[in-house]
Amino acid sequence: MLKSRTADNERLIEMHDVGVRRSGRWLVRNIDLTVRRGEIVTLIGPNGSGKSTTARSAIGLLKPDEGSVTRVPDLKVGYLPQKLSIDWTLPLSVDRLMTLTDRHSPEEIGVALEEVGIPHLRQAEVQTLSGGEFQRALLARAMLRKPDLLVLDEPVQGVDFSGQVSLYALIKQIRDRTGCGILLISHDLHVVMADTDTVICLNGHICCRGTPESVASSAEYLRLFGTRAAETLALYSHHHDHTHLPDGRVRHADGTITDSCSPGDGHHHHPHEHSQQEQAREGWTGHA
Amino acid sequence: MLDDFFMRALVAGIGLAVVAGPLGCFIVWRRMAYFGDTMAHSALLGVALSLLFEINLTLGVFMVAALVSVALLLLQRRGGLSTDALLGILSHSTLAIGLVMVAFMSWVRIDLMGFLFGDILAVSKLDIAFIYGGGALVLGLLALIWRPLLASTVSTELAEAEGLNPERALFAFKLLMALVIAIAMKLVGILLITSLLIIPAATARRFATTPERMAVIASVAGALAVCSGLFGSLEYDTPSGPTIVVAALILFAASLIPRSFFGLRPQPTGDKTP
Repeated sequence: MLKSRTADNERLIEMHDVGVRRSGRWLVRNIDLTVRRGEIVTLIGPNGSGKSTTARSAIGLLKPDEGSVTRVPDLKVGYLPQKLSIDWTLPLSVDRLMTLTDRHSPEEIGVALEEVGIPHLRQAEVQTLSGGEFQRALLARAMLRKPDLLVLDEPVQGVDFSGQVSLYALIKQIRDRTGCGILLISHDLHVVMADTDTVICLNGHICCRGTPESVASSAEYLRLFGTRAAETLALYSHHHDHTHLPDGRVRHADGTITDSCSPGDGHHHHPHEHSQQEQAREGWTGHA
Repeated sequence: MLDDFFMRALVAGIGLAVVAGPLGCFIVWRRMAYFGDTMAHSALLGVALSLLFEINLTLGVFMVAALVSVALLLLQRRGGLSTDALLGILSHSTLAIGLVMVAFMSWVRIDLMGFLFGDILAVSKLDIAFIYGGGALVLGLLALIWRPLLASTVSTELAEAEGLNPERALFAFKLLMALVIAIAMKLVGILLITSLLIIPAATARRFATTPERMAVIASVAGALAVCSGLFGSLEYDTPSGPTIVVAALILFAASLIPRSFFGLRPQPTGDKTP
């Protein structure tokens, strides 16, 4: 249903074969990615897999060393940073946070805080907010800019489970109401927002992509969360045909070892079976 | 009015404190105290070079302080040592080179104590013009970069992603710091400049609810410290620069006293309930 609704929508960002190289090492390579208006794209992958690098080059903060990035002219980005360490000495109320990068009227700010459900926290200092409250404040701030594209870097980090569910619901609601595109970054490899249109799994390159719906129904993990949670949460597990070794080389399923896992080396097949057992055995942390 | 040396000192000191307040706030928020110290210490190298090449002292100090911030940037990009260690190296080596150079220049007699601890009572009318002209320039430019600088204090990535230019703002801010240090050196001296930037800002935190208000309160607290310090040094015949810093410290200590001590209810700020 979502697909048909967004199919004709404008492409906000289009990346073709993008690679970013730093100090002689490719951080990411062969990235193809499109974000359309009204579409939610989720990047998942372990730490250091290049999620932030990909997002940063998508919005033009990093210049890619190869490939091309096309953005619609005057793309207005709303950004939720991954982690903030605001010094205690900075007296910053939620109200003042709203006008950090743009001017907004007090009425607009009131409406925005109402929409994310924290109107009572308007005068509170940001350092006193809980993780979930703070993310809501940041969401309200980003929305006040009326962005074309919302970039959320690990928005549910440090938020408890029920808080995550309601934050994801809020993000979906924002997308539905404003029709902006959303690029969401998550290192939580088991839980991905169910309303994501495309999940892209990164580990220095795109390992695989697909809709979360297709995997949610088959995943064993959902038993743990129950069917109600299944409507909001999606599990995205898959099997890898190669392993990234600590020295940067790659061991393939057939036991051979090469310098990279790019398709050109003839070893890349990506069968991507979705198997809980495989994932439990392989383990995401050991994969990095 | 300005014919009296004490009045000149007061006017100059208040002018400096007003400029130092907002700048000091950013130094505290961004945890740049050690960076400020490093810039201030490099001022002695600036003094030595100005004497050697016979250029204006304020200009020489400003240029060396600016160069130190560029050198730090380049060393940071190179990687390896932590910023903390790099600052330690730059801070003390520039001070030491300055001292050695001054010792070599036997043909100039300089009042080293005056540079290290300042001599606010020797301020001339021209100095006052410098302080107010330079100060107005610093405050004007700070107002221009306020939004990107504050946004990047909260999150550099956020400021960058939303189209501001935090790197440029931060570099401009460092130049402003160099300018204030160059202006302030004569008043409170190389070793005490940072205290005049940081202590009033720290004092203001308690009473501020927004960043902008904190900047204003810091200016007021600094001016108050300058006044009471100068009168104190007159009264007790103590060196003026250090007395101003002691006065600032007393104000800061007073700001730490809990409200309940005065029989008042605790402050509502920071409380989540409206």
